[in-house]
Amino acid sequence: MTQTLIIEAGRTERQYWRDLWKFRELFYFLAWRDFLIRYKQTFVGIAWALVRPLLMMLALTMVGKIGKMPTGGAPAALFFFCGLLPWQFFSTAMSESGNSLVTNANLVSKIYFPRLVVPASSVIVGFVDFLISAGFLVLLMFYCHFTPPPQIIFLPLFVALIFAISMGIGFWIAALTVEYRDFKFVIPFVVQFGIFVSGVFPLPAHAAEHWRLLFSVNPLVGIIDGFRWSLLGGGNVVPFPELAVSVAVTVFFVFSGLWYFRKMERTFADVI
Amino acid sequence: MSQSNSVIAVKNLSKRYSIGQIGSADDCMKYNPPGLRHAIEDFVRHPLAWWKRRKIKNEHFWALQDVSFDVNAGDVVAVIGRNGAGKSTMLKVLSRITEPTAGRIEITGRIASLLEIGTGFHAELTGRENIFLNGAILGMTHAEIKRKFDEIVAFSEIERFLDTPVKRYSSGMYVRLAFSVAAHLEPDILIVDEVLAVGDTAFQKKCLGKMQDVSRNDGRTVLFVSHNMSAVLQLTTRAVVLEQGRVIYHGPTDQAVERYVGIIGSDSTVFFPVEKLPRKFRGAGAVRFVSFRFDRAVPIFSPGEDFKFVARVRAHESTPRVRFSMTIFTREGAPIGTCFGVERPGLRRGEDLEFEISMPRLPLASGYYCCGVSVGKGDNRSGMVDFDTILDTLAFEVRAEEGEAGTVAEWARGWGSIMLPNLKYRPLLQDRTPEKTLNNSEMLPA
Repeated sequence: MTQTLIIEAGRTERQYWRDLWKFRELFYFLAWRDFLIRYKQTFVGIAWALVRPLLMMLALTMVGKIGKMPTGGAPAALFFFCGLLPWQFFSTAMSESGNSLVTNANLVSKIYFPRLVVPASSVIVGFVDFLISAGFLVLLMFYCHFTPPPQIIFLPLFVALIFAISMGIGFWIAALTVEYRDFKFVIPFVVQFGIFVSGVFPLPAHAAEHWRLLFSVNPLVGIIDGFRWSLLGGGNVVPFPELAVSVAVTVFFVFSGLWYFRKMERTFADVI
Repeated sequence: MSQSNSVIAVKNLSKRYSIGQIGSADDCMKYNPPGLRHAIEDFVRHPLAWWKRRKIKNEHFWALQDVSFDVNAGDVVAVIGRNGAGKSTMLKVLSRITEPTAGRIEITGRIASLLEIGTGFHAELTGRENIFLNGAILGMTHAEIKRKFDEIVAFSEIERFLDTPVKRYSSGMYVRLAFSVAAHLEPDILIVDEVLAVGDTAFQKKCLGKMQDVSRNDGRTVLFVSHNMSAVLQLTTRAVVLEQGRVIYHGPTDQAVERYVGIIGSDSTVFFPVEKLPRKFRGAGAVRFVSFRFDRAVPIFSPGEDFKFVARVRAHESTPRVRFSMTIFTREGAPIGTCFGVERPGLRRGEDLEFEISMPRLPLASGYYCCGVSVGKGDNRSGMVDFDTILDTLAFEVRAEEGEAGTVAEWARGWGSIMLPNLKYRPLLQDRTPEKTLNNSEMLPA
């Protein structure tokens, strides 16, 4: 009935995954809390989840139209929104989970729970925003009288990929920020710059064949192309090598993120 | 002590911290990350040296050393010791917040720790939302919180404000709500750290009562860390006394308290190097205390004498103004009173200064005392900032000299520690209607 808990140096490893399951309710509550407070005391509230990508879409569409950017036959607004959708999720998840441990420092230094819960629940909050924006995409498609191609059945794969890379990078940044607060300053920069190197707003070099594979070392490139391919089709393709590189890099980041987070976790309470 | 009956078994527990950059503005007992720039720079400049340095990091400090003890089911055990003795570290290790460096702990049963009340409370959320959140953080399930919800609300006495964000609560309401959630936890083992130091007296009594209920009626095991010896004596049956990371006594509480008072009473030192002591309150750090000393050979004062000591401070940053303040405690840890000084021109960065700090006419009765001293700036109007605070220092004794004129030399303990100013009386002129003041008028001086 009553189990015995053993605390020893280096022992936590064995109980960790069981604890993670035991603390699943905390995970749910933290995500719920972050979501509640995210739009508290704001005038338009949850609509911010829409307004941000919408404004970005308008801006990008305008620039894209002026520059006569190829959109693979899809309406420019849809083209850019399909790119922004995963990008916004990734960037929100990255910045929120990056800061999550530091903003929850009082929890970390006073209560035991698997710390993985904290950045993971931040990613979930970003995911809720993502779902709201996705709902808007459906409306936008109706408005443009656009019928998605049959390969839309592959969409869940790309959603899973963007979710995975957000988690992986989130674990890395969260653990690094605990020790090196420098990342507080690095992340906003990455978020601003990323739009151009991830293919949300494709640069000419991005379209050139011989550069393409190199670009796809950034896993977002393959994932965003994948979103466009499955949602818009037409001239939007995701070459297999590019996708393979993206998947490989994503898997690498998920596992290395977990490894690094677990390694650093035991000292969080002392360092934070 | 039968092995089978113990619910907490601590064996040879040790915990080591690295001390980063002593002497910097941040010389606290924690490992100070050197910053990303240095990490990268070190690596780029001297890859080999960097690799080696990873192994031998900084100077070490043993917060706990070879600590062993057992706690039996249903026991209420206090952990006492001076600041820096390792109490908090022990609680952190027991509640799995940080890993031990060596040793082993076996805990049987569901454990919950309350190192702080209201952990995870979010100012923007309402009382209702915070109850659920805090409950989850403390390890309650959703169903459990729902079941106890009404009880928690009733205990906290905040029914009317349940749907108000807690940022609009008074601090008393906040603490009451926070404690109520914690008090309705139902673990087999409860670890409590000085949470009783908050709230108004009436609520403190309620909390003490609740803790007594928990241990007596429900037979739960409680591990209780406190400076408040009267609470310790009242609540606990056994105690562990820690000193410099080691267990120096483990046994019945009254003897343990004697031992504890013994340690802090035994040192008749007049010089207190405090620079490297761990700080309970992490101040802003611009100015930090280096040492204190009394201006005499033995730390004994007479009631009514001027209380004087010398504080040496070092400025890690320039400050325009500084101000000292001091709280006097009884050796049992009860605060007696606090006094503030006025602000004076501050220090330049790197400056090392000694101040003579004095309080005229020490109004204390015979007994053992110690001080908490703060250096900071500002006042109630401009906002107070404490740069550094040292507790449990400047231990002294007040001893009444015999036959002192005008005061009572023998002071009963029940009269309290403060010698309030002498009473003055003067007769008031009254109309002496014989039937009303007949008795009184006889006593009044003519």
